[in-house]
Order: sequence, then structure tokens, then C-alpha cells
Amino acid sequence: MRPRIQLLTPELIGRILCEAFELLMSPGVRVGSAPVVALLRSAGIEVNDGVARVPESQARNCLASAPRDFYLYNRQGEKAVHYGGDDVHFDPGSCCVQMLDPDTLEARPSETRDLVRLIQVTETLPQFAAQSTAVVCNDAPSAIGDLYRLLVVLQYSHKPVVTGSFSAAGLQGMIDLLAADSGSRDNLRKKPRAVFDVCPSPPLNWSEFASHNLLDLARAGVPAEIVSMPLAGGTAPVTLAGSVTQHAAEVLAGITLHQLAAPGSPVVWGGAPAIFDMRTAGAPMGAVETAMLNMACAEVGKHLGLPTHGYLVATDSKFVDAQAGAESARSAMLGALTGINMISGAGMLESLACHSVEKLVIDAESIASAYRLVRGVEMRGETLATAMFAQTGLSGEFLKLKETRALFRQEQHLPSPVIDRNAPGSEPLSDAFTRARDRVNELVSMYQKPSLPEDVLRKFQSIVEREADRAGVASALHGK
Amino acid sequence: MCGGAQFLDSGPEYNSCLVSLIPGLICVGGSLSDQLFQAMRQSIIDGASDTATQLAQQALANGVDPIEAVNQGFAAGITFAGDQFGCGQMFLPDLLASAEAIKAAINILEPEMLKRGSQREALGKIILGTARGDIHDIGKNLVATILSASGFQIFDLGTSVTPEQFVAKAKEVDADIVGISALLTTTMAGQKAVIEALDRNGLRPRVKAIIGGAAVTQKWAAEIGADGYSRNAIGALELAKNLMSKVMNKGTA
Repeated sequence: MRPRIQLLTPELIGRILCEAFELLMSPGVRVGSAPVVALLRSAGIEVNDGVARVPESQARNCLASAPRDFYLYNRQGEKAVHYGGDDVHFDPGSCCVQMLDPDTLEARPSETRDLVRLIQVTETLPQFAAQSTAVVCNDAPSAIGDLYRLLVVLQYSHKPVVTGSFSAAGLQGMIDLLAADSGSRDNLRKKPRAVFDVCPSPPLNWSEFASHNLLDLARAGVPAEIVSMPLAGGTAPVTLAGSVTQHAAEVLAGITLHQLAAPGSPVVWGGAPAIFDMRTAGAPMGAVETAMLNMACAEVGKHLGLPTHGYLVATDSKFVDAQAGAESARSAMLGALTGINMISGAGMLESLACHSVEKLVIDAESIASAYRLVRGVEMRGETLATAMFAQTGLSGEFLKLKETRALFRQEQHLPSPVIDRNAPGSEPLSDAFTRARDRVNELVSMYQKPSLPEDVLRKFQSIVEREADRAGVASALHGK
Repeated sequence: MCGGAQFLDSGPEYNSCLVSLIPGLICVGGSLSDQLFQAMRQSIIDGASDTATQLAQQALANGVDPIEAVNQGFAAGITFAGDQFGCGQMFLPDLLASAEAIKAAINILEPEMLKRGSQREALGKIILGTARGDIHDIGKNLVATILSASGFQIFDLGTSVTPEQFVAKAKEVDADIVGISALLTTTMAGQKAVIEALDRNGLRPRVKAIIGGAAVTQKWAAEIGADGYSRNAIGALELAKNLMSKVMNKGTA
């Protein structure tokens, strides 16, 4: 039996959806662009003063055309991430602007070298099914920053990518980059390597660039992950149930736009909901209520039969310390027990403001433990214990049994040296951060950069030069 | 030392394939090829007692010097397994299986060694037991298996052994080393009692005293005057070898 956790009763989910559909009609959803308004009106949806009123029947039709599941593929064209059912995957958090310097313990602006190091470590850790465009590269031109991050990931990784675009204009270049990597736009549609986070603005607002991106992704057949981010008590109702309801309405509106543009295109019921901190006005990502919001939002998506996403395994601590470990491990377990298909956020500190590669390797151990937990207590062999006792009698010599040797790797997660299980008093003594720093160096030394075909690299270069020209920045990317 | 992971993933299927290859690996004239030594090493790394036994029999059938089979083949396997355990690539059940496999091979080779008058010289005589009041012997048994497989002569007194029993056995067999295991902090005092008894009977410093157990530390070892301690069975093997080299040096000085 796979252990699972459920916060919402079927009755409460029904109530949440009922009110979410009501919200889509009143107060409705703000939509900010003429093409989106035209698309909605062509489907018979009323739009007045930039506010769309989406009837439940229309939203339900769009829900019906959204795929129940889909795959992301690696560079080799193999299925690597299954969005659907209770399958659980993890990827590092995205788009941080700062990096924790492991030597000075200060947060500093993140750069290309930090992104590369994060990719290298993520690439070597099986706990991460996908890469993310993890940090903003402050040493690259910001006008093509989204494209640049994706370029770096594609050059250094074989894994699928969770990414996103902060502008409407930049998205096409990113899709071109992925198409070059896949061989063509058609190949990309058949075997997508990336999923794009697209975020409505709470409450109930699909901004011009976000809705544009949603439509463009749908038409390109590249998976879109709708990441609704209500802040309970700040930009959403203070109650968890109220925020989950707003989240549902925002994602339903997004799916409606997305499926109207291209029925059947892959889309994810995603989110990064959080509570609103009443002392600091921040979004505490390590709070248990934030984890509960992510779990509840995913439960609604699973009830609708859609692929799901959440933002967990992050902390509000500024350091890789006990708080970081406690908050991140707790939410990794909860997310896995909920069966969320893609859980983003590992490696992140300071309420998503800062990344740490050392935290990433510690989080990987929490994730491995979470995976072990959801495998549950399994039945192996004909008997549970009697056959083994038939061999040992009362000698207690289980360590010598063939069964022990054959099964211990399946029964136990064998942690990396990041986790201290040495005997009491063992020398040298070290804390988890010190061990994580050593582990990062070890993993980086094991990493091997992919060898990309020359023609793909040439296409990458021409796309980057084209986008740099379009954005009005000098093409100063050589040698990065 | 921590490379060579290719050795680690082979399982029983691999072993049976290996055995079928062996006849073809024997060179004309009965001398062993490098491939056969490699097969012997691999059988120990795989913890495959049946394969190790068959390889030992095969070696004897082909007139191979059993000492050479142990030293160049099987013993190299246990050394590799120990290194892998030391750096976290192999685990206790693997190590124990390797130790059982080398024991199985040596059991086959020993009669031929005796016949040739070329018995493998014991690296030293070691008395082992758990301290009085302590019945936890997994660690002690593992140390006994590893030390025995590596060439030490082991006298295992079992669990809850009194200081007097340790002393009597050490005198009887003219032991080089006495190893006292204690899992519990409450029975660790028993280790001190054994060392004091060895002192009272005038056996030290000639007889070395070593200790082990989950709660045992270097600090405790120093406090009670032990000659050494180890966190695990592989460390105990190194410790015993080091102490024996000191014993030998004193003997020749």
C-alpha cells in the first residue's frame, strides 16, 4: 500500500470548485490583452472593461479537453518525467537572484558560474528528475536573461527542464532554442523537453504577457505549468480553504484560455501558494500552512484528473541550518505523500530569494527519504519472517542471510556522506553544511558535460544573436 | 581505492557465467592465468561462496600452489572489499558475504597446504569476546570473520566473558592480541576490567589489548590504557596488522 495524505474531503473539494466557478462569473477574471479578449469573445465568453466572465460550462469543456497526463523527455528522447497519476518528481527552485556564497556565508548576486554549478550538481543527483533555470545570471544581459538561462541549461544538461519566460517577446526565442535542441518544432511538440511556468497575478488577473505566453505555449504544443500564487491574507482570502478556492479559479481561467487556443495541448495544475506573513508581509515558504496550501491545491487538481505541480522543499532561513533542514524535509515528505507530479523549490533559501547548491545536496537526501516513505512497507517473498527464522533459529545471525544482502538496498535508503551516521565520537566531527560543501565538490568532479552536435550549437548561436539584436543588446555572449 | 565500482554490481548471474569460463582460462602446464586470479578476486568481491569454492577446487585440480591461489587471488578480493567498505561503496552484508566466501575457498585449499607443508602462516593469535554482561556480538563476530579470513588465528570466547576467562585463554594459547567488545555504555567498564586483569597477570605490554563497540571512542581507549580501538571490522584488521608489526619488531630487536 502506498502511503498517502489527504487534507480535503470530497465534499470540501466539491465546495471549493463550486465557489471557484462562481468566482469566474463574479467578480470574473481580469484579462489584459486584445488577442485574449478576442479569443474569449469568439468562444462566446463575455468580456467587459477587461474583465471576463467565464461560465462554468465553458470552463468544464476546456477541462475536458486538457490531457490527463503527458511526459517530458530527456536529450536522448527518452521519457524522463511523467506528469500524471501519483508519480512524484522534484526539480530545483527557479529564478533566484542571489546565491549563498559557501565561503563567506553571504548572499551575493547570482552569476553564470552559479547556474552552471547548480546544473552540474542537479545532473548527477538522481533525486532530481528535471533541471530548472535556477538562478538569474546577473553577469548576462538582462534583456535576454530568460533565453540565456535556458541556453546554459541546454548546454550543460541531458535532463528535462522546468523553465519560464518573464516576457511575451522572449518566449518565441526560448521555444526556438528547444526546437533546435529537439531537431524541429514538430519534434519538440511530440517529445517536449521543457515545461514553462506561467503565472497569473493574484487575485484573478491574467496579465498581458502571462496570457500571451499561455496562448503561445498552447499553440506550440509545449507544456504550460500554471503557477497560481495566492498569498493567504494578503492577495487572497486569509483562510486556507479560501485561498485554495482562489487558486482553483485562477488555474481554471488559465486552462480555459489555454485550451481555447489549442484543445488538447498539455497543461499542468500548478501553484506556488503561500500564507502571508502578518509581521513581515513576506511569503513564508517554509511554513507548514504554505505546505498545506500546496497540498490542498494539488488535491483539487488531482480530483479533476490533471497533472499537478507545487512549490515546496524551500525555507525562509538565510543559512543552510537546522531551520532550513526542518522546513525543507518536512515539505518534501508532505508533497510526496500528496502525490504531486512536479515539486519545485529544492535548494532555495530566504523565501525563494537565494539559492544554495549546498542546500540542494542536503535537500536531495530529504527527497530520497520522501521517495522511500511513499514506497511504503512492502511484502517481499512468501513469508515475512518465518522463512528467515527457519535459517537463523535463535542465533540472531540475520546479517549473514542471503535475503539480507539481496534486500537491504531496497528496504533501506542508503544516504550519501552528507548524512552523518558515523558511530558516536567518530573523528573528524563535521556539521551537515561542511559535509554538503565536500559533497558538492565531489559531485562537480564527477559531472560530465554533454557533447552537443556542432549544427545544434550553431543554431543556438544564431538564435541568441537574433534575440540579442531584437532586444537591442550587444551580442557579448561569446566565452560565457 | 574507492574506484572500481564495476566490480560491485555483478550478481549471481555473473558468477555462473564466470565459472563456465574458467576451464578455458587455465594455461598449459597448470599455471594460473591472470584471468583466473581475477576470477578468484571477483568471487570474493561478489561474496559468492559457491563460486569461490569451485575456483579453489579448480585450482587444486590443476596443480596450482594453494598459497599462490590465496595470496594472488582470494586475498586480493577481501582487500578490495575492505577498501570499498571503508569508503562506503560496500555494506556490512556484502563484507560478511566476502568474508564467508574467502573462508569457503580457504577450507578447500587448507588440506593441500598441510600436505605440501606450506600452511599459510597465521598473522597472529587473537582472543575475542564481549565484555562481561554484554551479549551483543554482531560486531565482534564480524571482526572475527574478517580477521580470520585475513589470516589471523582467532579464539572466539563468545559473549559475556569474564576478565579471568580472557586471561586464562591468553596464557593458554600465548595470544598476541586480546580484543574486547562492548555495545553498551554500561558494559564498557568491563573492557577496563579485562585490561587491568591482563596487567595484573603480567601479560602486558607483550599482549596487546584492543577494544570496539558502538559507543567506544579513541578517548575511552586512551583512558583505560588500551593499545587501540576501531570503529569497524575493517579498521580492526588494520589495527591488528599494525600491532602485530610492533610485536614482531620487538621480537627481533
